[in-house]
Amino acid sequence: MNGVELRNVTKAYAGLTVMENINLEIADGDFLVLLGPSGCGKSTLLNMIAGLEPVTGGSIDINGRDVTELEPDERDIAMVFQSYALYPTMSVRKNIGFGLKMAGMPKAEIEERVTEVAELLQITPLLDRKPSQLSGGQQQRVAIGRALVREPAVFLFDEPLSNLDAKLRADMRIELKRLHERLGRTIVYVTHDQIEAMTLATKVVVLDRGSIQQADSPENVYRRPANRFVASFVGAPTMNFIDGVLVREGDHVFFDTGKGKLPLIGAPAPTDDLFGRPVTLGARPEHVLFDDAGISARVVLAEPTGPDQYVRLAVAGEEMTARSGPEQAFMSGSDIGIVIDGGRMSLFDRQSGDALLRG
Amino acid sequence: MRYNRLALYGLLGLAAIMIMAPVFIMISTSVKSMDEIRDGSIFTLPADPSFAAWSKAWLGDCSQTLGEKCGGLSSSFMTSVQIVIPALILSVGLGAVTGYSLAVWKMKGANLMFAALLVGMFIPPQVTLYPLIIMIRELGIFGSIPGLILVHVIWGVAFTTMMFRNFFKTVPQDLLKAARIDGAGFWALFWHVMLPLSLPILGVAMILQFTYIWNDFLLGLTFGGRSGQPMTVALNNLVGSQFGEKEYNVDMAATMLTALPTLAVYLLSGRLFVRGIAAGAVKG
Repeated sequence: MNGVELRNVTKAYAGLTVMENINLEIADGDFLVLLGPSGCGKSTLLNMIAGLEPVTGGSIDINGRDVTELEPDERDIAMVFQSYALYPTMSVRKNIGFGLKMAGMPKAEIEERVTEVAELLQITPLLDRKPSQLSGGQQQRVAIGRALVREPAVFLFDEPLSNLDAKLRADMRIELKRLHERLGRTIVYVTHDQIEAMTLATKVVVLDRGSIQQADSPENVYRRPANRFVASFVGAPTMNFIDGVLVREGDHVFFDTGKGKLPLIGAPAPTDDLFGRPVTLGARPEHVLFDDAGISARVVLAEPTGPDQYVRLAVAGEEMTARSGPEQAFMSGSDIGIVIDGGRMSLFDRQSGDALLRG
Repeated sequence: MRYNRLALYGLLGLAAIMIMAPVFIMISTSVKSMDEIRDGSIFTLPADPSFAAWSKAWLGDCSQTLGEKCGGLSSSFMTSVQIVIPALILSVGLGAVTGYSLAVWKMKGANLMFAALLVGMFIPPQVTLYPLIIMIRELGIFGSIPGLILVHVIWGVAFTTMMFRNFFKTVPQDLLKAARIDGAGFWALFWHVMLPLSLPILGVAMILQFTYIWNDFLLGLTFGGRSGQPMTVALNNLVGSQFGEKEYNVDMAATMLTALPTLAVYLLSGRLFVRGIAAGAVKG
C-alpha cells in the first residue's frame, strides 16, 4: 500500500523499553497527527519513521517498501523541524537545494525546482538572503520549502509551529492545511497542541507513555474518547470527571454521586450492565446544560472568554465546568438548574479508565 | 560616576604603561648606538636613531664570520616559515576533522579517546620528550624540518581537537538531523555545513597554533637539528654566544624581529580572535 505502515515497532534505550508493539497504518494522502504530552514518545516515533533513530524491533514500510534498515535520505521522506534547522552559512537558495545537490542532481534542474518551490511559498525575494536575516515565519517557509523541493512520498513535521507567535501560528496552520489539500501528499505531524491536531488532521493518534491510546478521526477522538487519558488530554477546558453510579427511576436516568443525582437527558439507553456499578462520568463543559427542571447547582465563578463563558459550578458534592453563551449573567453564589447531555457524555471504567459507551 | 570613570581609565593606563614599558625600552635600545647605550640610562630616548642594529640582526655581520654563516636571523626566519605553515595547516586541519568526528558521530570509545587527548594536552612536553625523540629517530626524520613538523602536529592536534570538538558539540541536533535527511554523509556534512559554521573557531585555532609553533623553543632545539633550526633557537644562539662586547642593540632588534610575526598575526586578526573566543564560550 502507499503511505506508511508500522508493524510491531519497538524502541528500547539501554534495555529500557519505551515503546512496545506500535502498529499504525497511515493511508496515502492522510494528514496524520501524533498528539500527546511531552515525553509520550511522539517525537521518537517520528524519528524512527525518518530513520534518524533505529528501531529496536518491528518494521516500517513507506510506499510499500520496507525501509527499516535504510538511511534517512533513502526513505523518500522530508522533514521540517521545530527549530527550522536551516544551514546558517548557506543562502536560502542553497538551503533549499542542498538535498538535491547531495542527491547529485544537475545544477540547472536544482535551480528550476528551487525557483518553483520559492514561488509556491512566495519566498522568491528571499532566495539570496541568509537565514539569520529572516523572520521566524520566513524561516519556517524556507524549512517547508526545503522539504517540498524533494517531492518526497511522506512529509514529516516535528512541532513545526511551536516557535511561532500565536497570530503567525494560526496563519501557518491554515497555509499548511491548504498545502496538504493542494499536494495531496502523506503527512505525519507531531504536536502537543490539540488545536493543531483537531484542525489539521485527517487522523489523530493520541500517545501516552509510549503507547497508542486512540487512533481515529479528530471528531471521534473528541466525541468518543477511547479512555480517560484521551478524554482529559483533548478539549479545553478539560472534561468534567465525576465518580458515581447510573440509576434508573421510572423513565428517567440519573447519575448518582452519593451526594446528589444528576439528571441525564437523551441518554442512549445504556445497556443494563452499566447500571449500579461504580463508573466515572465524563461530561465536557458543553454537555452540561442549563435547565430549570434539573438539579440545583451553585455558581462558584464565571469566566468570560469572549465568545463563551465558562461557569464553575458546585453540584452534588462535586465541582464542574459548564459552557454558556456570553449573554447570560451569572452571579457568584446564586443557584441554577442543570442537566447532563446523556447522548454525548462518556462513561469510563473506574479501574482501567476505558470508555464504556462507544458510539 | 565621573570619578569612577577616572579611576577606571587611570588603572587601565597604568596597566598599559607597565606592559608597554619593556617594549618601548627594547625598541628604543635597538635604534641606539653602542656608545649611547653604554653611557646613557635605558630610559633616555635615542639621540640619533639608526636601524643598523636591525640590519645586523637580520643579515648578520659578514666581516666577523663565524664559520660559514654570517649569523643573521634571516635564514632561520625562512626555516621557521617552512615549519610553521605545514605544521599549522596539518594540526588545525586534523583537529577540525577529529573534533568533528568526536562531537558528531557516535562511535565506540569516543569519550575515552577524548579523555586521552585531554590528558595529552595537560602533560608538559618535557615529560614525553625522550620517548618522542626515540619515536622520531625510528622514523628516520630526527634533526630535520619534517621531523619537527610532525612533533608540532602531534602536540597541536590534542589542543585543536578539543577546541573543535567543544564547538561542534554546541551545534543543534536538529541541524545534524536535517543534514542527514538531506543525504549529507561524513565528509559532505563536514565540508558544507560544519566547517563553514566553525570559521571563527578556525581563526582562533590558527592564531593560537601559529603563536605556539612560532614561539616554541624547546621542540625546535631538540628536534630541529642544524638544518631545522627555527628563529627562536637562532635568536638564543645570537644573544648567548657572542664574543667581546655584548651588543644590546642587536639583541633587542633580533628579539623584536622574532616576535614581530606573532604580533602581526594578533593585530591583523584581533577582531576575529575575540569573536572566536566568544563563540567558543557562549552556547547557541
